[in-house]
Amino acid sequence: MASLKDLRNRIASVKATQKITKAMQMVAAAKLRRAQSAAEAARPYSQRMDVVMANIATAVGDSEGAPKLLAGTGSDKVHLLLVATAERGLCGGFNSSIAKLARVKARELMASGKEVKILCVGKKGADVLRSEFDAIMLPIVDLREVKHVGYINASDIAKQVLSMFDKEEFDVATLFYSEFQSVISQIPTAQQIIPPQIADVEGDADSAATLYDYEPDENEILADLLPRNVAVQIFRALLENAASEQGARMSAMDNATRNAGEMIDKLTQTFNRRRQAQITTELIEIIAGAEAL
Amino acid sequence: MADDFTFELVSPETLLLSGEVDIVTVPGAEGDMGIMSNHAPLMTSLRPGMVSVNMKEGGEQSFFVRGGFADISPAGVTVLAEFAVPKAELTKEVFAEQKRLAQEEIDAHAEGTDEDKKANARAFLDQLNHMEPTLLPA
Repeated sequence: MASLKDLRNRIASVKATQKITKAMQMVAAAKLRRAQSAAEAARPYSQRMDVVMANIATAVGDSEGAPKLLAGTGSDKVHLLLVATAERGLCGGFNSSIAKLARVKARELMASGKEVKILCVGKKGADVLRSEFDAIMLPIVDLREVKHVGYINASDIAKQVLSMFDKEEFDVATLFYSEFQSVISQIPTAQQIIPPQIADVEGDADSAATLYDYEPDENEILADLLPRNVAVQIFRALLENAASEQGARMSAMDNATRNAGEMIDKLTQTFNRRRQAQITTELIEIIAGAEAL
Repeated sequence: MADDFTFELVSPETLLLSGEVDIVTVPGAEGDMGIMSNHAPLMTSLRPGMVSVNMKEGGEQSFFVRGGFADISPAGVTVLAEFAVPKAELTKEVFAEQKRLAQEEIDAHAEGTDEDKKANARAFLDQLNHMEPTLLPA
């Protein structure tokens, strides 16, 4: 049976925990705001990029000699899974839900006889996946030192992926990240980036049909554009991830704070009852003693 | 007076400029070009260099851009640049950083067989060296 002192200590420790979770929640909220505005600022670029890509892809079409980055290598034997997660934990199901999606996909691919390679961006996802896929994991990309994800980070990752592609180390690349919907909802998403899935240009047939002149020519522009598109997609994923991570952490910490509050209430109640019981016992003892005289 | 059209300059991290302009000069892959309204649809990749625009309100503005495209359509002109800074923020440090990147690129292809890329990177470095004195007050 816990003594009064033990109870008092427990209450103090839960209170300290609550303070920490509360602070983490506020920090996450501030970071979320920044991450969201970064994601918003990046949106125009990637939207334009999609439109331009769609335009050129339709122009070049399925013509012979379309670059491999657009048309694919013609086989789909080796898959690269690019799993982007956070560097830190304590953010609810954020890391594990991305890792889970990647794991399901990896198992599925392996079951159908494909070769799978996994490149993790962020330590947390790698920790989860390592237990099962250690043999096929590539060295993880570490962004722990990076405070705010910049385009330069994405373009470094893209360079690595592209040089692997040039060496024909894989045929298809899929990117796993978490799409930010709101503070309470982040959707783990898988997106194929090589070869890219060209989005339909938002329904307006005339802009897609505009006859463009190209300078130098389509193929050269495309050769320049495709690697850049990979970097842009990765950048977008990293930004979405950053916002999702903070959102997930915010709601996780909010829950934790609330739980700690409930626990403090419960413990305080027990503490008060116990103290009252002790006082009563002492009183009874004194009275009994006095009567006995 | 020429008609105005919409111009946007976007980099991956932000939208730098969006507005009505009457003329834009971009460093196209095959030479600088001035674009006015009702230009034929054209897509061009860009050399590193200065993009300058004559805004309807606010006069002339120029930006240093590296790596990107200009998409000229009836709806307006969009420049997608991998890296862009306003001329006013162009400092020695920015140049140094760009030169470092260019040098890295050259090194990366040093042993490779890809002569095109090597040549491109080298041209870029030359261009930077050439531009620096004209843009930066000594």
